[in-house]
Amino acid sequence: MAVFNIFKDLFDKLSALFSAKKDVKLGLYGPPNAGKSTLANRICKDWLGEEMSSVSAVPHETREVVVKEKIEVKSKGKSLSFNLVDTPGIATKIDYEDFLKFKINKDDAKERAKEATKGVIEAIKWLDDMDAVVVVLDSTINPYSQVNITIIGNLAARDIPVMIAANKTDLKKSDIKAIEAAFPQYPVIGMSAEKGINMDEFYDQLFKVVKK
Amino acid sequence: MNLTFKFVPFNELNGLTSEKKINRLLEFVKKDKIVLLQGRLKPSEEAWLIQKTMEQQAANKGFKGIELFTIPASRNEKIFSQMRAVVARVLLGSRDELTLIGPGTIIKEIKSNPDRSELLTTVRG
Repeated sequence: MAVFNIFKDLFDKLSALFSAKKDVKLGLYGPPNAGKSTLANRICKDWLGEEMSSVSAVPHETREVVVKEKIEVKSKGKSLSFNLVDTPGIATKIDYEDFLKFKINKDDAKERAKEATKGVIEAIKWLDDMDAVVVVLDSTINPYSQVNITIIGNLAARDIPVMIAANKTDLKKSDIKAIEAAFPQYPVIGMSAEKGINMDEFYDQLFKVVKK
Repeated sequence: MNLTFKFVPFNELNGLTSEKKINRLLEFVKKDKIVLLQGRLKPSEEAWLIQKTMEQQAANKGFKGIELFTIPASRNEKIFSQMRAVVARVLLGSRDELTLIGPGTIIKEIKSNPDRSELLTTVRG
């Protein structure tokens, strides 16, 4: 009987090993300053108790892809393990002079612009690796921009599951309906990553999107 | 201030590899021309155009990127609402849309909504 139990235990462990689901690689994509890193930090704080990215009011704060592995997220009794990928904001032009308005000196602004161009390239290259993507949009800004179309068009062409986080709903100018009207074929969740508003609904939708 | 528009008919790029298409479009833009492309690029080509733009911006101090927008074939068709149909048309080689690509130093902003698109340019001396 003891030998039987040893074999059963071994069998159970091997079964668990081979049936273990792989971690879902979840990308956060969007234009600069939409709140991708703030959302990444919110998710990490909620489930790991620590932040993963630095945030700033100055655009292109995230200029390298940042990955946080093994984030165990729970929603409605279910659990999923994510590798969270916070990407630099995608833009079609980056002008160092835009950074000067934030009282950054000229040399630092030029360096920031140079790093930001590399960040955009890196973010695009990572698109192919994603299992699912949250497109983070600032809900106070007109969503009809080519960057948004290009990001979503590329995800659609690659058949990558997508949901849209309409961020900054705590601000007066927030207009979730404009985003819903622009992207009617994708689930849109209004939220504030900074204030932690509507995160339960966000996680609920995230599970639905990933399970598709 | 003179604005120079370069109309690129569908047939001029049709049949070229994606790399050659992107290079040709960027050549025009780097000569301060606003390109009006008949049709639209594939999503992967749009991404590649952004990628190449960033590479060239990093390598060339005078080049400050591009502004890009595709004007839908019909204003009755919401810009984003029929992404699948758009992708299908791209695969079939649609020439109904108009894609505008211009230098970031000249085009300040392209404002768009379901009813209209506006091109705002930077006035230079």
